[in-house]
Amino acid sequence: MSNIAGSRSALNWVVHLSVLGLVLLWLFPTVGLFVSSFRTADQISTSGWWKALFPSEQNLTLRATDPGNVEQLEEGGRWFISGNLFDEGVDASVSVWGVSSRDIAAFTPGDTADLGDGEVITVEANGDYVWSGAVKLEGRGQRVFATATTPPEFTFGNYRTVLFSKSTTDSMAKAFFNTLTVTIPATIIPIVIAAFAAYALAWMNFPGRAILIAIIVGLLVVPLQLALIPLLRLHLGIGIGKGYLGVWLAHTGFGLPLAIYLLRNYMVGLPRDIIENAKVDGATDFQIFTKIILPLSFPALASFAIFQFLWTWNDLLVAKVFLIDATGETTVMTNQIVELLGTRGGNWEILATAAFVSIAVPLAVFFAMQKYLVRGLLAGSVK
Amino acid sequence: MSPALQGLITIAVGVGGCLSYFYFSNLFLDKVLFPARGPNAGRNINRANMIRPWLFLAPALIALGLYLAYPVVETMRLSLTERIPGGGYRWVGLDNYRQMFREAKFWEAMRNNMLWLIVVPAASTAFGLLVAQLTDRIRWGSFAKSLIFMPMAISFVGAAVIFKLVYDTRPIEQQQIGILNALWLQFDGGAGSWALLKAIPSLILAGFAALSGFVGWLVLRPVIAGRFHSFGTPARIVATAASAALVVLSLRGIVELVGADFNYGAPQTWLTVPFWNSLFLMVVLIWIQTGFAMVILSAALRGIPEETIEAAIVDGAGPFQIFFQIKVPQIMGTIVVVWTTITLVVLKVFDIVFAMTNGQWETQVLANYMFDKLFRANNWGVGSASAMIIMLLVTPILVWNVYNARKEMR
Repeated sequence: MSNIAGSRSALNWVVHLSVLGLVLLWLFPTVGLFVSSFRTADQISTSGWWKALFPSEQNLTLRATDPGNVEQLEEGGRWFISGNLFDEGVDASVSVWGVSSRDIAAFTPGDTADLGDGEVITVEANGDYVWSGAVKLEGRGQRVFATATTPPEFTFGNYRTVLFSKSTTDSMAKAFFNTLTVTIPATIIPIVIAAFAAYALAWMNFPGRAILIAIIVGLLVVPLQLALIPLLRLHLGIGIGKGYLGVWLAHTGFGLPLAIYLLRNYMVGLPRDIIENAKVDGATDFQIFTKIILPLSFPALASFAIFQFLWTWNDLLVAKVFLIDATGETTVMTNQIVELLGTRGGNWEILATAAFVSIAVPLAVFFAMQKYLVRGLLAGSVK
Repeated sequence: MSPALQGLITIAVGVGGCLSYFYFSNLFLDKVLFPARGPNAGRNINRANMIRPWLFLAPALIALGLYLAYPVVETMRLSLTERIPGGGYRWVGLDNYRQMFREAKFWEAMRNNMLWLIVVPAASTAFGLLVAQLTDRIRWGSFAKSLIFMPMAISFVGAAVIFKLVYDTRPIEQQQIGILNALWLQFDGGAGSWALLKAIPSLILAGFAALSGFVGWLVLRPVIAGRFHSFGTPARIVATAASAALVVLSLRGIVELVGADFNYGAPQTWLTVPFWNSLFLMVVLIWIQTGFAMVILSAALRGIPEETIEAAIVDGAGPFQIFFQIKVPQIMGTIVVVWTTITLVVLKVFDIVFAMTNGQWETQVLANYMFDKLFRANNWGVGSASAMIIMLLVTPILVWNVYNARKEMR
C-alpha cells in the first residue's frame, strides 16, 4: 500500500514539474519581447534579453577625461588627472582592465599601468582613476579597456518614442486611435443586429427557421478571403471607397454568423416559462426582447463582444483591404508593425515596444474578462 | 471630421438606427398594417405574427447575404473571367485555374498548406489535451491554464514579432540575441547534442507516431467491426487515412533526423532554411491555438462521469490506461470539434506568413498566395481562383458542421 502511495506522490511531482515547464515554455517568448521593450538599442544588440535580468559582464572601452577639459594638479613635479571612468549614475564594477586592445585583461583593480614616457594610470574597481605624467598631460584622454559588471538597467525611453514622439514611422499614437476607431463600432453594431435575429431564430415560429439556422452554421466557416474582391468592388462601386465605413460594414458582416449562432444557442436555453408568462400578460415581442431576453443574455453578449473585439483589434487582412488607402493616414497598429518589420527589422527596441503597445489592450481585456471568453468558446464549439 | 467623432456618430447612428428600425417597424406592423382590432382582429394578429420574424431577421439577413453569400457566388464568377485592360470583363472559362495550376508557387503553397493542415491541428490538440489533463487535478491548474491560454489574445502580427525575436540571427562573432540561436550554439556535436537533438526528438516523434496509430485504430475499429453509417463511415476512413499519414510522416521524420548532418557551432538563419522554416512558422500558430484546444478539452474532461473513472481504478487501471482507454474515447467528439476548428484557422492563415517571411524561402501558403495575386500582381482572375481553392478545402468541414447542427436540432 505504501508502495502505491509513494508512486502516486512521485507522479504528482512529475505532473507539477511538467506543467511548470510548459507554462514557462509558453510564457518565454512573450517575456522576451516584454523585457526587450525596456532596453536600449545598444543593450538589445549586445546581449540576449535573458541576460538583462542579471548583472552582466561586458567589455567596455572607456576614456579618461581629455586633459584640455580639466584642471591638472601639479604635485612633486608630476601632473595629475583624477576622476571616474563611468558616466554619472552608472553603478558598475571593474574586474580586470588593460590599456591596449591587444591585452584587455592585463591588470586587476588597484594596479598601476605604465603608459611609457613617464605616464602611469591607476584604476580602481569602482572606476576611479588617477592618471599622471612627468610633463603636463595633453591630447586626448587615456583609453582604458575594462571588463566590468553592470547591474540590470531598464528604460522607458522606447515607450516615449513609440507613444509620444512626433516621428511618423515610429509613433504608434495615431495607429492606436485608428485601431480604436475601427474596433468599437465594429464590435457594437453586429451585437445589436445579431441579437434581434437570434431572438427570432430562438423564440419565434415561422417556416424556414431550421434552414436559416443551417445556413448560418454554414456561413460560420466561409473564409473571408472569398469576400475581399467582390466587396472591395462593391464598396468602390457605391462610393464608400476605402475607409472607416467600409471596414465597419465588413467587420459587421463577417462577425454576424458567430454572433447569431452564439446568441441563439444561449437564448434557446432561457426558461420558456418567463417568456410565455410575459406573452400571457400582453407583452409584445419587442417588449419581451428588450425587457427580458436582452438583460438575461448578458453573458452571451459579453462573450461575443470579447471575441469580436479581439478579432477586430488584431485583424490585419480586413484593415489592409477595406481601410488603408495610399495616404496611410488610416493605418492600424497591426499594419504599422508589419511595416516596421520591413523598414526597421533590426531596430528591436522600436519593434518590441510597438508590438507590446498593440498587445497590451487585448491582454488587459483578456485577463479581465477571461470568464466570458471561455464561456463563449465553450458555447461556440462544444455543441 | 476627426475619425473618433465619426466613429461615435457611427455607433449612435448604427445602434440608434437599428433600434428605431426594430421599434418603428413593429409599431407599423401592429398599428397600421394589421391592427389587432376591427372585424379582422384575429386574422390580423396571425398575419402580423407571420411577418414579425422577418422584420427581426431582415438586417441580419441583408448583411449576411451581401457580405458572405454574395461574395461566394461573385468570387466564383470572377474566377472564370479576366479583366480587360481599360475596363470590363471577359469570360475565359477555366483559363485562370489552368494558369494557376501551371505555377510552381501555387503547388508550393498547396504543399505547405497540407503540411500546416496536418501538423498544426495535431500538435495543438495534442498539447491542449496534455495541458488539460495535467492541470485537471492540481491546485494552481487554473492559473497555469490562463497563462497558456494568453496567446489567444495576442494578434498574429504581435506573435510574429515575438517569434522573430526568438529566431533572430547575428553573425558568429557577435552575441546572439535570439534564444534559439543562443541555445543552438551550446551544441557542439558531442554525445549531449546527439541525445538532445536526435535521440529525444526521435523518441517524441515515435511516441507521436504510436499515438496517431492508436487513435487511427480507435477510429477505424467500428468500421472493421462492420457497423456501417452513411456519413460516419467515410468520415472515419478519412480520419484513419489522416492518422496513417501522420504515422508515415513521423517515421520519415525520425529517419531524416537521425541521418541529418547538423551545422553545429554556426548561427542559423532559421526562417530561410526550406521545409524547416515552415515548421518554425507553424510553431507560432501552435503556440496560439494550444490554449484554445486546452480550454475546450479541459471542459470536456471535467464533464466525464466520475463513475467510469472510479470503476476503472477499482479494476486496477493505471493512470495511462485511464487516460487513453477511459477518458480519451469519451471526449472523442470534442477532440474532433477542436481539430476541425483549428483546421479552419489553419486554412485561412495569412498574417503569420505575411509578417514573417511573406512566402519567401518556400514558405508560401494559399491565403498569402491569394493576397499576392490580388493586391500585388493585380490579377483578380487567378486570385479569385485561389480563393475558390480555399473554399473548396473548407467545404467538407462546412458540410460536416451543418450536418451536425441539423442532427442536434432534431
